Amino acid sequence: MSTFLGLPAPPGAPPTAPPGVGHLRGDRPFPEAAADALADPQLRHNLGRATRTIRGKRNAVVAELPDWAELRAAGAAIKDDVLAHLDTYLLQLEEKVTSAGGVVHWARDAAEANAIVLELVLAAGATEVVKVKSMATQETGLNEALAAGGVSAWETDLAELIVQLGDDAPSHILVPAIHRNRAEIREIFLRAMGGVGRAADPGLTDDPAALAEAARLHLRQKFLDAEVAISGANFAIAETGTLGVVESEGNGRMCLTLPRVLITVMGLEKVVPTWQDLEVFLQLLPRSSTGERMNPYTSTWTGVHPGDGPQEFHLVLLDNGRTAVLADPQGRSALRCIRCSACLNVCPVYERAGGHAYGSVYPGPIGAVLSPQLTGVAENPSLPFASSLCGACYDVCPVAIDIPSMLVHLRERVVEDKRAHSRIPTSEQALMSAAKWTMLRPGRWAAALRAGRAGRVLGRRRDRIGALPPPLSAWTSTRDLPRPPEQTFRDWWVSSNGGHAEDGGT
Amino acid sequence: MRVALFVTCLVDGVVPDVAKATVRLLRRLGVDVEVPLAQTCCGQMHINTGYAGQALPLVQQHADAFRGFDAVVTPSGSCAGSVRHQHPALAARSGQAGLQRQVEDLASRTYELSEFLVDVLGVTDVGAYYPHKVTFHPTCHSLRVLRVGDRPLRLLRAVQGLELVELPDAEVCCGFGGTFAVKNPDVSAAMLSDKLRHVLSTDAEICSAGDSSCLLHIGGGLSRTRAGVRTVHLAEILASEPVPA
Repeated sequence: MSTFLGLPAPPGAPPTAPPGVGHLRGDRPFPEAAADALADPQLRHNLGRATRTIRGKRNAVVAELPDWAELRAAGAAIKDDVLAHLDTYLLQLEEKVTSAGGVVHWARDAAEANAIVLELVLAAGATEVVKVKSMATQETGLNEALAAGGVSAWETDLAELIVQLGDDAPSHILVPAIHRNRAEIREIFLRAMGGVGRAADPGLTDDPAALAEAARLHLRQKFLDAEVAISGANFAIAETGTLGVVESEGNGRMCLTLPRVLITVMGLEKVVPTWQDLEVFLQLLPRSSTGERMNPYTSTWTGVHPGDGPQEFHLVLLDNGRTAVLADPQGRSALRCIRCSACLNVCPVYERAGGHAYGSVYPGPIGAVLSPQLTGVAENPSLPFASSLCGACYDVCPVAIDIPSMLVHLRERVVEDKRAHSRIPTSEQALMSAAKWTMLRPGRWAAALRAGRAGRVLGRRRDRIGALPPPLSAWTSTRDLPRPPEQTFRDWWVSSNGGHAEDGGT
Repeated sequence: MRVALFVTCLVDGVVPDVAKATVRLLRRLGVDVEVPLAQTCCGQMHINTGYAGQALPLVQQHADAFRGFDAVVTPSGSCAGSVRHQHPALAARSGQAGLQRQVEDLASRTYELSEFLVDVLGVTDVGAYYPHKVTFHPTCHSLRVLRVGDRPLRLLRAVQGLELVELPDAEVCCGFGGTFAVKNPDVSAAMLSDKLRHVLSTDAEICSAGDSSCLLHIGGGLSRTRAGVRTVHLAEILASEPVPA
């Protein structure tokens, strides 16, 4: 069979992530969802405080390293090499994992990945699994798929636990419950823990240490009971078939070592060639994500070892639109992403709108470029526009993804897609064409600018314009416009002989 | 040295005083600036809204309009950024080798005002007098596309009579973002409200910046809330002189 990047080659363009499964699409356009979030003072306050704190920590530990720029360039170069030779590295990884006693499964999309995992869990005779925080399984909607198959999946990362018990959705890649404060967390624990396991002490306070202890007691039982664990992976090392997870709480270590069966679901871009490459990523990742020099727990495992740790290991390699991203030369560097979320924490749009407004498990700037590429731009057309192009994300990205340029590129794809699907031009298309037509001839342009003087009638009372009809009302709903000038600059330049007439001919 | 003023479409039609101030300032510093009337717009609005195809002829026109000048100076970090970074990328993608060479050459000779003053003319004290309390918003594209750094602040510190007060969270976007301001009006307004809060916290009379677009947004918010703070472009401050005795 012919292969494309190690996967059976599909006919035509690589498929995007299919609809109806997983969490890459929102129900509403970004501006609409964001407007609701902006009206939530608790959310605004929590996000503002949390992102400010983490930004400060990240800046401090990045500034410590004199070779940060070189590390960043190295990170980008390693990832680009991986993306250029993904077929080689993935096949090498498969071979090494297999020879170490693991089993590799290839999943074309979210539905296939979920089906593979469910089948493995049922084959192990389990009805409950414990999970290490994993973006890939959030992306595929694995928990819902397992529930539909009669399997309960328990999140063991503290923030994921809060989200799960609150019947909520994560709003940040690294800090999924960033939108909750400790009073809300206490209420969630008291309300929900008893129904699914060990209940919280009724006298629970909102002291962070007390909340952590309640989670610890609740989770301990889950770790001891579970036959199967499901994890994601921060990286997979092709040369040895080793998988790796970095985490802060130790819950990952419990999941990766205690249960009999371990299933890892990993986006296929997470492979790196050698152990040596971790030298770069284990510096870039913790400093960019939690603002720590090193994360507390780094677990690596290779295959299975009799009498020690899981006796069965499965690796599910997930495509779900990644080859479609790879096929776009201007978009593919989004696959360098190591899910650190530094771009979320500096993004002024994310800080105010929050993660849920993006409608995808990948929010913020990286989500605005990744989600539309994974699903195809037609299904996430508002996300590439959910940015003021301020460039703060590019500056902090540890693998130098030029997110602003990629956003602009994806905006082009959205415009092209709209044009391809309707022969009637949108008002925006008409406006842009008219603007171009006018701007291409200086004479027309001068006349058009002069015509703007008509607007002077609107601002004559207070020397400013406070209200305009749609679509310009989107501006004047919150901002005044200055009254148009009596004379454009170019008319002044011509009439005053370059200003010399005004200066008395000097 | 033949120097051209790249007026920008916004300044030309909406805030011509900014360009007049730039001309006055440059003349005072001995630069006989010219204004090629073939210029219209750099096409950044088209590019950033997803209409790169429509922008390409505008890129060509911009390059033609400024042919033959040694330096092109503009009172806009954003428009300079577009010419320096977006135009070469767009020309390269178009596959037109001639255009690419022309655009790259122009990019290397295009300067934002503070860059031109500090790097090309080598001055920080431009002889201005402006007896006001001023805070400065550095604007995203000046900072993160052009990397002008503290050049505008160095220029402002040398202005006689001017009291410069530091703007908290200065490097955070004001929320303008071109068509972002109307496509995402609520988020844009939320970003603006934080920027206004910081501006007001400085107790400055004037909020200045090197981009009229950001100032239109910030000034629009200040005017709407009757905040009693005015926006003034960097060029207008630098062009101010003491009234002769």
